[in-house]
Amino acid sequence: MKKVKTANAFRDGGFATALESRDHVTLAADYGHFINGKWVRGGEMTETINPSDETVLAEFSLAGKKEINAAVKAARAAYEGPWGKMPAAERGKYLFRIARLLQERAREFAVLESLDGGKPIRESRDVDVPLAAAHFFYHAGWADKLAYAFPGKTPQDLSPLGVIGQVIPWNFPLLMAAWKIAPALACGNTVVLKPAETTPLTALHLATLLQDAGLPPGVVNIVTGAGETGRLLTQHPDIDKVAFTGSTEVGKEIRRNLAGTDKRYTLELGGKAANIVFEDAALNEAVEGIINGIFFNQGHVCCAGSRLLVQESIADRLISRLQKRISTLVVGNPLDKNTDIGAINSKCQRDRIQSLIACGIDEGVTVWQQEGKLPSKGYWVPPTLLTDCAQSQRVVQEEIFGPVLTIQTFRTPKEAIEKANNTPYGLSGGVWSDKGAKVFKAASSLRAGVVWANTFNKFDPTSPFGGMQESGIGREGGLQGLAAYLDF
Amino acid sequence: MSNLPVPKTYKLYLGGKFPRSESGRIQSLRNANEELIANVSKASRKDFRNAVVAARAATSSWQASSAYLKGQIIYRIAEVLQGRSEQFVAELVAQGLDKKEAQEEVTASIDLLVYYAGWTDKYSAVFSTVNPVATPHFNFSRPVPQGVIVIIAPEKPSLQGLLATALPALVGGNTVVGIASEIQPLCAISFGEVLATSDVPAGVVNLLTGQRDELLETIASHRDVDAVVATGLSFEQLKSLETHAADNLKRTIHLSTEEALRSDPQHILSLQETQTTWHPIGS
Repeated sequence: MKKVKTANAFRDGGFATALESRDHVTLAADYGHFINGKWVRGGEMTETINPSDETVLAEFSLAGKKEINAAVKAARAAYEGPWGKMPAAERGKYLFRIARLLQERAREFAVLESLDGGKPIRESRDVDVPLAAAHFFYHAGWADKLAYAFPGKTPQDLSPLGVIGQVIPWNFPLLMAAWKIAPALACGNTVVLKPAETTPLTALHLATLLQDAGLPPGVVNIVTGAGETGRLLTQHPDIDKVAFTGSTEVGKEIRRNLAGTDKRYTLELGGKAANIVFEDAALNEAVEGIINGIFFNQGHVCCAGSRLLVQESIADRLISRLQKRISTLVVGNPLDKNTDIGAINSKCQRDRIQSLIACGIDEGVTVWQQEGKLPSKGYWVPPTLLTDCAQSQRVVQEEIFGPVLTIQTFRTPKEAIEKANNTPYGLSGGVWSDKGAKVFKAASSLRAGVVWANTFNKFDPTSPFGGMQESGIGREGGLQGLAAYLDF
Repeated sequence: MSNLPVPKTYKLYLGGKFPRSESGRIQSLRNANEELIANVSKASRKDFRNAVVAARAATSSWQASSAYLKGQIIYRIAEVLQGRSEQFVAELVAQGLDKKEAQEEVTASIDLLVYYAGWTDKYSAVFSTVNPVATPHFNFSRPVPQGVIVIIAPEKPSLQGLLATALPALVGGNTVVGIASEIQPLCAISFGEVLATSDVPAGVVNLLTGQRDELLETIASHRDVDAVVATGLSFEQLKSLETHAADNLKRTIHLSTEEALRSDPQHILSLQETQTTWHPIGS
């Protein structure tokens, strides 16, 4: 493949940095767990680092049995006490308050998210935090209107489930906390939430915000820890439901552990979305959509458009435009407002991405990467294109969860759909064409819970999100997402 | 002149045909006096896998048929079942029901068909949404079928229970592999004959008789099954089903017979996936 070399200011460092100030964030030296409205110490201490420079940001602790028991007990007491007895409209008012407080503290949360997780400040500022606030605001209004959501149901049919154990991933830490907490509370449940071990900070700061909102103790409990803490929470006998977002592997483990119990579960798992570009697509828009589809949040997105399927007749043209555009992407300091692609979330994830790229090379794919200088510290992977891919290769079948796009070609729409659906996943998909009939045919043929037609990676609290097949069970957001937190 | 009756050979209903079990196995169904009612095919794991292949092959055409047509086909099943109701009553009586119970069950079964025939072109309208997203996009969510559904029908009522569990899948554009009642298996196969003469395309419904316990693990771990609707499982059976189902995250729904028999569009919805589509508005 021809290499595109263009001198440009973005890549070559000729562009003045525009760093977001860290002044707005006051980090504690160490954090406990937020249980029953109080900060509680307990469990072994560990560190959370900034993945862009490997400096330690703060210490936090890994919750064990004692802390999980206390958190579940507090959630149960709140459910049977003030929260369960509260009129629905009042519950809604707390959620509105939380939304407003989050909007007010948006800058703090954006900076914190980029520090702890490595994502560009532009994304945490413009996507993660505003969407998290919007989720609380949207669900607030549902609290006293649930009967309108389900035709044929009476308010008596729509009781909450009880105590919900929620485990969230490191790719959208605050946003996932909002996705989980807001609908659970709107429907009258109480919550024990565990953020991921590489990104606990925004969830912990959210706890301080919940305190400011005056939320009754025990309604939301936040415990930190790694896989073992998650296991203790999801297997706790006194929770009524598990809501999990994370890998398909862990999702299956949770499902096995719940077998034979009457606990509910929703699972939002991995994906390997096809982004299909037909020859009649508007190419410049498609290029932007492909870039946003795979490089948004360094590709740490379960619904990322990680498989480009391009019609053979335009493949060369599209790929060269894509390379040219990728050459202008700024990879670097997440707090720089110019940055397009930030740091990989952890060393572990960086190693996994690199090993999958190496595996692709062994299997015969051609690798193209942006030629830029990467920072000497921190974890980085440049934007990467893999061509000459075959359907059976690991890089095409497995979720890479990094800024790595596989490219395959197709001749007919039928072939495109067959290739698109030929994975065990079914979370999302993309279709690019200027012909309406073709767009709707292709979109409805995709085995995917979310289909973006002539756009990609759009999210909204009113729009249900979630996958088919091995991408998960249940929906989050929208009217359909409420069903996951009601007992019927 | 003697008039010796001609009893029916009860076989499986698979891909629109009525084959014997590939295993050649049968189980003898006898009445209280130990007289033979019928030798019923005892479906093997291989028969089950063949049924899934037939059901998978039928998904695209069944999904592509219009909601109106699906409604008419399901209503047609009611018409044909009504015409053959005496045969079903007699079969139920032979399997131990009294005549009044048998008549009530057949009538209830016909009513179920009429009820669900009317849902085919409505559930999607009732349960879809147009979502007011904050960006300039047209965004809508609608239920789409899960695919191949395995039904483990209630033991009793055998005919009504089979219909109550299979129809919500069919209405929603899924195809079905049904495991008939073990203790009253006859009506399922005769119902296959009704389906075969009601314009239901081959493979859309496949019906097996046999031992559910023997088939359960194969059902639960089959990677081309999208969902299992089961009734009346023991705790161990349910645990086994849900454990093996985790391998491909197939959906599992376990219902009491009472829940299964309730006419409820929720049964249709639980075998659907919400698909959300976004498209930009404006240039």
